[in-house]
Amino acid sequence: MKIQTNHKNLEARDLSIRYLLLRFPPRVVLFTKRTRAMSSEDTEKTTTSKKSAFDAETASLLVKELRGAFGSGKTRSYQWRVSQLNALMKLVVDREQEIVDALRNDLAKPPLETVAYEIAMLKNSCKVALKELKHWMIPEKVKTSIATFPSSAEIVSEPLGVVLVISAWNYPFLLSLDPVIGAIAAGNAVVLKPSEISPATSSLLAKLLGDYLDISCIRVVEGGVDETSALLQQKWDKIFYTGNGRVARVVMAAAAKHLTPVLLELGGKSPVVVDSNINLKVATRRLIAGKWGCNNGQACISPDYVITTKDCAPKLVDALKTELEKFYGKNPLESKDLSRIVNSNHFNRLTKLLDDDKVSGKIVYGGEKDESLLKISPTVLLDVPRDSLIMSEEIFGPLLPILTVDKVEESFDVINSGPKPLAAYIFTSNKKLKEQFVTNISAGGVVVNDTSLHLAVHSLPFGGVGESGVGAYHGKFSFDAFSHKKAVLYRSFFGDAAIRYPPYTNTKMRLLKALIGGGILGIIRALFGWS
Amino acid sequence: MMERDLNDLRESYESGKTKEASWRESQLKGLRRFLMDKQQDIMQALMQDLGKHQIEAFRDEIGTLIKTLNLALKSLKDWMSSKKAALPQLALLTSAEIVPQPLGVVLIISSWNFPIGLSLEPLIGAVAAGNAAVLKPSELSPACSSLLASSLTTYLDNKGIKVMEGGAEESQQLLEQRWDKIFFTGSARVGRIVMSAAVKHLTPVTLELGGKCPAVVDSLSSSWDIEVTVKRIIVAKYGTCAGQACIAIDYVLVEKGYCSKLVQLIKLYINKMFGDNPQKSKTISRIVNKHHFSRLKNLLADEKVKESVIYGGSMDQDNLFIEPTILVDPPLEAAVMSEEIFGPLLPIITLEKIEDSIKFINCRPKPLALYVFTKNQTLQRRMISETSSGSVTFNDAILQYAADTLPFGGVGESGFGMYHGKFSFDTFSHHKAVVRRSFLTDFWYRYPPWTLNKLQLLQVSYNYDYLGLLLVLLGLKRPSKHVISGHM
Repeated sequence: MKIQTNHKNLEARDLSIRYLLLRFPPRVVLFTKRTRAMSSEDTEKTTTSKKSAFDAETASLLVKELRGAFGSGKTRSYQWRVSQLNALMKLVVDREQEIVDALRNDLAKPPLETVAYEIAMLKNSCKVALKELKHWMIPEKVKTSIATFPSSAEIVSEPLGVVLVISAWNYPFLLSLDPVIGAIAAGNAVVLKPSEISPATSSLLAKLLGDYLDISCIRVVEGGVDETSALLQQKWDKIFYTGNGRVARVVMAAAAKHLTPVLLELGGKSPVVVDSNINLKVATRRLIAGKWGCNNGQACISPDYVITTKDCAPKLVDALKTELEKFYGKNPLESKDLSRIVNSNHFNRLTKLLDDDKVSGKIVYGGEKDESLLKISPTVLLDVPRDSLIMSEEIFGPLLPILTVDKVEESFDVINSGPKPLAAYIFTSNKKLKEQFVTNISAGGVVVNDTSLHLAVHSLPFGGVGESGVGAYHGKFSFDAFSHKKAVLYRSFFGDAAIRYPPYTNTKMRLLKALIGGGILGIIRALFGWS
Repeated sequence: MMERDLNDLRESYESGKTKEASWRESQLKGLRRFLMDKQQDIMQALMQDLGKHQIEAFRDEIGTLIKTLNLALKSLKDWMSSKKAALPQLALLTSAEIVPQPLGVVLIISSWNFPIGLSLEPLIGAVAAGNAAVLKPSELSPACSSLLASSLTTYLDNKGIKVMEGGAEESQQLLEQRWDKIFFTGSARVGRIVMSAAVKHLTPVTLELGGKCPAVVDSLSSSWDIEVTVKRIIVAKYGTCAGQACIAIDYVLVEKGYCSKLVQLIKLYINKMFGDNPQKSKTISRIVNKHHFSRLKNLLADEKVKESVIYGGSMDQDNLFIEPTILVDPPLEAAVMSEEIFGPLLPIITLEKIEDSIKFINCRPKPLALYVFTKNQTLQRRMISETSSGSVTFNDAILQYAADTLPFGGVGESGFGMYHGKFSFDTFSHHKAVVRRSFLTDFWYRYPPWTLNKLQLLQVSYNYDYLGLLLVLLGLKRPSKHVISGHM
């Protein structure tokens, strides 16, 4: 069954989506407790510090205030955490339209993408946290060994304190609030610094968080480099950063001064290996959905480039052409199903990649641009040289270079010769190749026969390795990322072994060895030993 | 030279050799053989560097390492195995798992006070996790450092594990290289330098630092209890490298009314354990070097601090020996109460009520360990929930180091990251998420163009359950029959 689209339908469809979302309003979600009633005076007190200059001193006062709030013990209670998570859930449900609009403003993001990838993911994060929080908060009892007998022990998760979350512009809603969910679930006070490159979402977040959440413990600071620097000068108990490697280094260097642990969610060139003897149609559609269907290639786990054999390449290119046209029509620049490029900086960056001499002749599909609308059409390039600009940095856009090799196994060397990416993908039916890929390719996450979807599995840690980042989150991993795992050992006064104490005799030495060696007789003698 | 060594290591790692279970096992066995065969040499080196008694050497270093190695060898297969991850909603023909993988080539920088233990305990984790490693032991414990460099290496694969000796300059050079992980044990000052160096390559770090570990002593009524408490405090202070340990008891907090009893018992038991002349008993370690000796001497230089010394205090500069010393209520602004002591001086701070200790502790940087001697369960609960430290131990001290199932690490100024037992393996691993799908299931609604029909059907079908919608879009969930038939 073919789905035909043309220009007329596109316009109508856009209106109809909005119409739909208005006609079928989202369900109302009940929540149990609101932490505070907002008075009009409170609304006056800005939760953002956009108006006055946000300098190091302001930042320092902010941190001091939050430390006081944290010190009061408020954020530690289960009730507080649940109330905030419920409030976030309500925020997402009540204000869906505004969120969709903000993302359309910032990125021309298709409403369906916003609903599916930002709102739905966020709601799920909240749901998982709400459902599991009681479990997560219970101290984990652990077994103790002969070495500490008699004793009992447990691991207690405690909040780190006051944490900073710096998020990115490409999924500005999700990447701001998903870490915040983890921080709140773990009982911390949080400052969120959304990206200034997605300004509509940034100011919406400032407003909504101020309206719905407990502003004595959760704050939003909007701004750019100056404000971020002011924040980074302060002492935080953890910094969670999503973005690129360059700024990550700035964040880590600032953190080093205060010995602050960091979690860095970065990116890289996520490769896609395409083998022969596969269902090419399905593979291509999944590839397209993961690349252009996710913010038009501007995602940290976007398939960045493809490696396939010289034999497969022409078939792959044909399949891509066919499916891309089905998805986005003959004039993709006009398709409402594609995000635009976020700003002119990135537009120029991507244009430069295409204009590169080594590469401009390799375009086999697309390559159209509209600078006024900041749009670039889905573009496929074949056989670009390995040393071209497009192959040396993360593309983060709708350009898909295809590299060809003689044998598919050679792709592994190509991938391993570069920095470790955040994700790696392979399409193959060959079981052995699958296992080799999983074992030998080092990446944050690996998906076989699909793209991007590991993001949605909350029982999997989502994070990078090497240049693609440090640490992981999602689900319980988020809770753990913002917790300190405190070891607690309970000993009694009974069961005191004299061998522990000086004066040290030879006998004691023997007993000690027996104790550690674990011989049962030795243990018994040692425990109820001599004085 | 260093470059060539590092290239060797990287080549070894990239050849895949270190990932093999057999390599990891052989290295762990090699480490165990080293500890068994060379016990005498190790004890001698520790005696030379620190005047450490054999029992301490065995208890705190050799013995605990053997215990860890036995655990690692027994558990290796289990630690290395992939763990299936729960797939929440029905996910068609998809499997998800977490695969632990080595990070690559790692750097371990260890400290001088437990030069063998703090070098090899992280190394066990690094090797078990399949990494190639460089160990940089502390130059302040030279006999141990050269023992590791010369002797340990004969038990291990030199292309996969190297020991590099040296001081600040060599450390600096090492820190400039590219590592896949840096594990550092030492002071906060150097911790900052290490982390700053790691920024260049975005290298993940684990920092095991220190702090002032307090011991809160409740007014115990049973004489058995208080005597055991005192014995344990003495061993945790003077009997553990003369107090030069990151988890040594730094100072004691006690109620005013109970203080004199406590002091009386401490004096009594010091005498019982170390005799009239502790130096002669050769049981207590000496101070590692002149620099630290002077530092400790200066802690007592202040008049008011000197006045608070009620026991001990004599120092032998030539032999770098300081006898067990007790202070009662030195001024809180003095260095002895603001810096980590790392020596055999024990300040006792008196409080009105024992609960005041919570506020006292919270005013100071978070320590690596908190010790509380009490049977009062309310106080125990309050201590756990109202203070923050790397760990909390009730009614004992130092022992938590030997518990494999408990993570060992700090928080705040005392560091971040953790190790021991499986935590060591995890700290040197990357836990890779892996999802597998088949081609067989694929649905048109995943893909644009987003026609009115598609969206409407999905909306209706999922009753605005956007998660369901998301899963359908990702192809992780089959849409209801209603949707399919509706479209057909």
